[in-house]
Amino acid sequence: MKIAVLIKQVPDTWDDRKLTSGGCVDRAASERVADEITERALETALRQKDADKSVEIVAVTMGPGSATEALRKALSMGADSAMHLVDDGFAGADALTTARVLASGLTGADFDVVIAGNESTDGRGGVVPAMVAELLGVPFLGPLNSAHFTGASVTGERQSADGTQALVAQLPAVISVTERAPEARFPKFKGIMTAKRKPVAVCDAASLRMADIRNADGNVVLASRKRPARTAGRKIVDDGNAASQLIAYLSAENLI
Amino acid sequence: MSNIVVNVEVAATGALRSTTGHLLQLATRLGEPVAVLAAPAGTSDELVAQLGKLGAPTVFVAETPTATSHVAAGAVAALAEAMKRYAPRAVLASNSADGREAIGRLAARTGNPVLLEAIDVKNVEGRITATHSVYGGTYTTESGVGSGIAMMTVASSGEPAPAAAAPQVEVIQLDVDAHAAATITATHAAPSSSDRPELPSAKIVVSGGRGLGSKENFALVEQLADSLGAGLGASRAAVDAGYVPQSHQVGQTGISVSPDLYLAVGISGAIQHRAGMQTAKRIVAINEDEDAPIFDITDFGIVGDLFTILPQLQSALEARAGAGV
Ligand SMILES: Cc1cc2nc3c(=O)[nH]c(=O)nc-3n(C[C@H](O)[C@H](O)[C@H](O)COP(=O)(O)OP(=O)(O)OC[C@H]3O[C@@H](n4cnc5c(N)ncnc54)[C@H](O)[C@@H]3O)c2cc1C
Ligand SMILES: Nc1ncnc2c1ncn2[C@@H]1O[C@H](COP(=O)(O)O)[C@@H](O)[C@H]1O
Repeated sequence: MKIAVLIKQVPDTWDDRKLTSGGCVDRAASERVADEITERALETALRQKDADKSVEIVAVTMGPGSATEALRKALSMGADSAMHLVDDGFAGADALTTARVLASGLTGADFDVVIAGNESTDGRGGVVPAMVAELLGVPFLGPLNSAHFTGASVTGERQSADGTQALVAQLPAVISVTERAPEARFPKFKGIMTAKRKPVAVCDAASLRMADIRNADGNVVLASRKRPARTAGRKIVDDGNAASQLIAYLSAENLI
Repeated sequence: MSNIVVNVEVAATGALRSTTGHLLQLATRLGEPVAVLAAPAGTSDELVAQLGKLGAPTVFVAETPTATSHVAAGAVAALAEAMKRYAPRAVLASNSADGREAIGRLAARTGNPVLLEAIDVKNVEGRITATHSVYGGTYTTESGVGSGIAMMTVASSGEPAPAAAAPQVEVIQLDVDAHAAATITATHAAPSSSDRPELPSAKIVVSGGRGLGSKENFALVEQLADSLGAGLGASRAAVDAGYVPQSHQVGQTGISVSPDLYLAVGISGAIQHRAGMQTAKRIVAINEDEDAPIFDITDFGIVGDLFTILPQLQSALEARAGAGV
């Protein structure tokens, strides 16, 4: 089985994340990390490999030069190889363009399964995996709380708005996983050493037949403003009267 | 006026999803709503009547058995057909799993750009724009599409549009190719969780964190929520520990709430939790650690033991209710 995992590098949620004046992700403002949910996607793939050594895992990302760090981490965790889709023309790509680039990179590589996160922490769009499935012409199962691969098919529990659904589809398929997917393992020292020798294929727009991207036709940010930071208000230490002081506050503010 | 297509979602119970009315209301602001429903043959009469009550002047029903047997395939085919017939300026769906898959596939199939996670929509001199809350409300952005039809997911909730008299209905039979769709083998409706208000639209939200210590203790937070008529929230740590189902998680990767009052109990206020609640009008926290980061953003902070304060608060609220205050 050959699995592609869609890894995305994002501004670290632990940092003070910023937008540029043009409303784009300010990559310089915060530490960049592989999005936690895409590491869980990788963990889902690695567990298949733990059970069956013949499983091959390719970590795939579309992102600037710096995104190689996220790919190296994926390799050190256990992915076999990586694919980096990088081009100046991809800067500012919207969800549809991102999906087209990813689908173009995945086409022809004979993947049985593509595993993604359910939504990214920077954009929270949550549509790229379904778009990739549509562009590849394969089923999409997501967001999944759990996934099982049985020979030629995949089953899983999908989290819907008001419950869950049990799904099945033939492979090849694209799936996305939720935070219910197992937490990612840490890279081991040996993994970090061998990662340096693992292959990273680098593809640009021309090689992906994506040289005609026109970002201005897609989703464009028209305005962006920062909300003033919140400030701390009154703070009391409970001396036995905190409950009644809180009630006095809430009723003075007409909240109860 | 230009048409605005609205994707209609049906819940596991067979009823319209609660987001439907708000989507129709937003569509009314942008143009003339066309509600698009994919449903198995002969199952849509009641839903069409309800769509009229929620303000849909036109309903387009595409009858296909795939509407309930496969994920998204029926909805996407119905929306694509409606786009041909009604030449809309925009397509609106909720940001649920179903809505996201429908919009994602439809955008990829028809080559139109997406506007995602809109908290508001506008039609400014013929240009459709969306407002978004970025990084947990740290930024507000406006976006539009450079060309083509705007494919939108909506993250806000709110009131329905005024009822339409009796909607115009067009019903067609649709042949849907579902070979590239996932098959639904079973559906489990989540146990309807009491009559607590839904988190995104609740006026008051009471949330509990790891500080509660156990599922049994978490009942303290649930009781407080019920006394205040509040929605019930939680931190990821509380969800991970199994105190409360995931659907209650507030934060970066959970639900975003913007109530008049947010009351955080036993929650440290990690940046990812704050990302889901920092736009609340008033924030109150109870935490025994005076240095907990939650206190950086509280209007009223209480440093103390939740296990002493919550029972006192509960009996004070009950006394107040008894006194008819
Ligand atoms: C990518 C990513 C996404 C994330 N998304 C989310 C998200 O959506 N939502 C979310 O909440 N978190 C999220 N997190 C996790 C987040 O970083 C924190 O781990 C989590 O919010 C901590 O939950 P907590 O405050 O309940 O637990 P803790 O940080 O352990 O805090 C518990 C608090 O309870 C207090 N306490 C303990 N006992 C008592 C007592 N008797 N009386 C009063 N106070 C007491 C303690 O002082 C402490 O401050 C995310 C993390 C990452 C990396
Ligand atoms: N630039 C990207 N490179 C690789 N994977 C991506 C990229 N953007 C999105 N994805 C994948 O799609 C998932 C959902 O992202 P989104 O639709 O942007 O919320 C992510 O968790 C990733 O698995």
